[in-house]
Amino acid sequence: MADAVLLIENLRKRFGGLVVTDGVTLEIGPGELHAVIGPNGAGKTTLIHQISGTLTPDGGRMLLNGADIMPLPPNERARLGLARSFQITSVLPRFSALENVALAVQARSGSSYRFLRPAAREAELNDQAMAALTEVSLDHRADIVAAHLSHGEKRALELAIALALEPKLLLLDEPMAGTGPEESERIVAVLKKLKGRFAMLLVEHDMDAVFALADKISVLVYGRVLASGTPHEVRNDPAVTEAYLGEELE
Amino acid sequence: MSMLAPAMPVRRSARTEIAVAAIFIALALVPFAAAYGAQGYILSLFVRVMVFAIAALAVDFLCGFGGLITFGHAAFIGLGAYTVAIAGAHGVTDMAITLPLAILVSALFAYVTGTICLRTSGVYFIMITLAFGQMAYFIAGSLAPYGGDDGITLPARSTLFGLAVFKDDRALYYVTLGFLAGAYFLLRAVVYSRFGRVFRGARENPTRMATIGFDVFRYQRIGYVIAGALGGLAGFLLANATEFVSPAYMSWQRSGELIIMVIFGGLGTLYGAIVGAASFLLLEEVLAGFTENWKLIFGPLLVLIVLFARGGMVGLVTSIKARLTRG
Amino acid sequence: MSFTLFIVQTLNGLQFGVLLFLIAAGLTLVFGVMDFINLAHGVQYMLGAYLAVMFYALTGSFVLALILALIAALAFGLLLEFTVFRHLYDRDHLEQVIATFGIIIFLNQAVKVVWGAAPLNLPIPEALAGTVQLMPGLVYPVWRLVIIASGLIVALMLYLLVSRTRVGMLVRAGATHARIVSALGVDIRRLFMIVFGFGTMLAAFAGVMIAPILSVEPGMGDSVLILAFVVIVIGGIGSMRGAFMAALLIGLVDTLGRSFMIDILRLVMPPSPARTVGPAIASMLIYVLMALVLYFRPAGLFPAKGRS
Repeated sequence: MADAVLLIENLRKRFGGLVVTDGVTLEIGPGELHAVIGPNGAGKTTLIHQISGTLTPDGGRMLLNGADIMPLPPNERARLGLARSFQITSVLPRFSALENVALAVQARSGSSYRFLRPAAREAELNDQAMAALTEVSLDHRADIVAAHLSHGEKRALELAIALALEPKLLLLDEPMAGTGPEESERIVAVLKKLKGRFAMLLVEHDMDAVFALADKISVLVYGRVLASGTPHEVRNDPAVTEAYLGEELE
Repeated sequence: MSMLAPAMPVRRSARTEIAVAAIFIALALVPFAAAYGAQGYILSLFVRVMVFAIAALAVDFLCGFGGLITFGHAAFIGLGAYTVAIAGAHGVTDMAITLPLAILVSALFAYVTGTICLRTSGVYFIMITLAFGQMAYFIAGSLAPYGGDDGITLPARSTLFGLAVFKDDRALYYVTLGFLAGAYFLLRAVVYSRFGRVFRGARENPTRMATIGFDVFRYQRIGYVIAGALGGLAGFLLANATEFVSPAYMSWQRSGELIIMVIFGGLGTLYGAIVGAASFLLLEEVLAGFTENWKLIFGPLLVLIVLFARGGMVGLVTSIKARLTRG
Repeated sequence: MSFTLFIVQTLNGLQFGVLLFLIAAGLTLVFGVMDFINLAHGVQYMLGAYLAVMFYALTGSFVLALILALIAALAFGLLLEFTVFRHLYDRDHLEQVIATFGIIIFLNQAVKVVWGAAPLNLPIPEALAGTVQLMPGLVYPVWRLVIIASGLIVALMLYLLVSRTRVGMLVRAGATHARIVSALGVDIRRLFMIVFGFGTMLAAFAGVMIAPILSVEPGMGDSVLILAFVVIVIGGIGSMRGAFMAALLIGLVDTLGRSFMIDILRLVMPPSPARTVGPAIASMLIYVLMALVLYFRPAGLFPAKGRS
């Protein structure tokens, strides 16, 4: 247990009368890719928000590498090694692809309380940013303003930003959302390449991608973990089949 | 796209460099041209232009780069000016003391009010900066020992280590120009620096910035303090230029005018703030010479700019041109 | 400080608070429903006062002047809505601020051109001009009581309107879920016009009612506008209840602070510095109050639900 990257115990959250997270317990080991699936409204994105710190849970426990992160604001969680990609693409539209990533490098390494030296000429920042862009095959688009990138390229840029943070745990909120089949394939390939380097929590509707990538899967229904295990176990869990997967897996 | 959103991140382009060089050369030549006309009037007009350009630069830094629409920036001008006046009333007129003091006082006010303003965003931020500006205005008006609503006259212009550096109008002009250039190049460096990158990023998506590890609030507060300090500098210069200080310096209309200057020159360009301050104050002079009711023209002009021109005066001219050539 | 003076100043504070509410109500409605920040709301209050003065001169009747001024203010407000504001609803706040600022500049000057720069007066209707003895030793102007009463009546009316009628329901929904309301097929444009017209009338009404005890002059709307901003920021933007509570709070704190700050300070310092510092502290009291409220509750005391 002690070596879990992320340990969540009995996490609870309600919006008024609606229980969105109902005693969720989850453990992600080093290098593990853990997928969370479930029907719409199961509370998957709410869970990501609580882990990253943009929503405050009502109760429970959350440890990142053994450290209690519950009381920390999002920026301090990020400093401990938590990175996330957003469901709705949220790269900085007026920044170039390179500058988007360089900002992440800047966040991780060194002080940003430097006021006079032009940041765009700092090789230290640019090199690492370029390396991250290369990993997601976006290096040839480095100077393009993010607003002008295609949807799939923006998703890839999201990944590059997360990579540049050199996270201990990466939260991926529907990285394939809204992408075409070709772009999906590309993102799956990138994720495959990254797998093992750090732990990942993946929320995704694309079942082909989930079963191709995940080491473990948790099924979330009405804010509750219905089942958790290897893809094989989950696939053969009758409760899961009944509640959610149904014909999708036949 | 709206006025708040210049299409591209600001970059140093050859065109910008030429425009900036032209602006500063033109300003440096004004006193020579002024010698052939009403010298005193022209010099004092352009000192005013440069003083407000410094304050407008600060506003452009906040609005155009930080996305923080401040409607109370005149308060900082007033604080700087009042620091000079109050120190003067107590016999301290040396700028080696009063200038750092003016900057410190306004920076401190920015720090304290920024701590509260920056907890909010959007329209709350606009209203709260407006309210704090008004607070400064009323406090100044209630300072009975320093003239109250009527304001107070400076005993003399500031000296530097006992030297009467501002005695001559030309000297004041060039010192002001020097400070303007300093403010411009300082802000330009800040905008492109690591800090500036975070500051600009926070405008685009504060949530994103927090999730990659930045404490957005602290960066914005530093930005607010920088802008406040520059307002104080402008106030220091204004007090010396007019040798008089009154609460009117802090009126909320003044704050509104600063925003309008920035819009006139084009938001998020920095040098636009200088162009904007010049075109605003010169337009005011021209219209005022034309009719005493120039505000009847000026008010609707603002409405028209917002309704029909995205991108300031430059945008207005281009869109009129486009219509004419099409017609 | 005597007890009767305290009562008098409390009543004055209430009267000021009620006035602020009339102005803030329109502002918060317009902002809550349309996400539109209207700096020109203050000049509409000024216009109400000027129109009343003009119509009184024409008719000699306060009631007629009030009615005609309201109608004229409404017509003018709708004209502005039609020609300018309507095009600003979907613009960002900065653009709204600048355009409405332009309207302020224009109207303040226009008023000077039409009615002159000198302050004007509107007489109090004769029947309500006197004073009334509230208790032994305490006489109070009837007209101020009329202002308080009419403000409270308007507040009650607004409450019923917002909580009981269909338009009120839409307004409440619009303040929190503007998109959903428009998705329901409600004619948003008409709703906006009704809300805007209503807000304008409230501001004009405030202007008419206050005109007899204040000088009617150009720029009279500006400082009131900023106080109304303070009110809706403290109350929570979009919340009518918040505007009401905050308006009374601000009215009382400001009035009592100005009357008694020197006396309070004299308890802890010698009279001479107290006389110097007192007015300065009194004038910043409400802003300090605002700062405190926002420090602990950035969305105001009664944040409209669903708005974050």
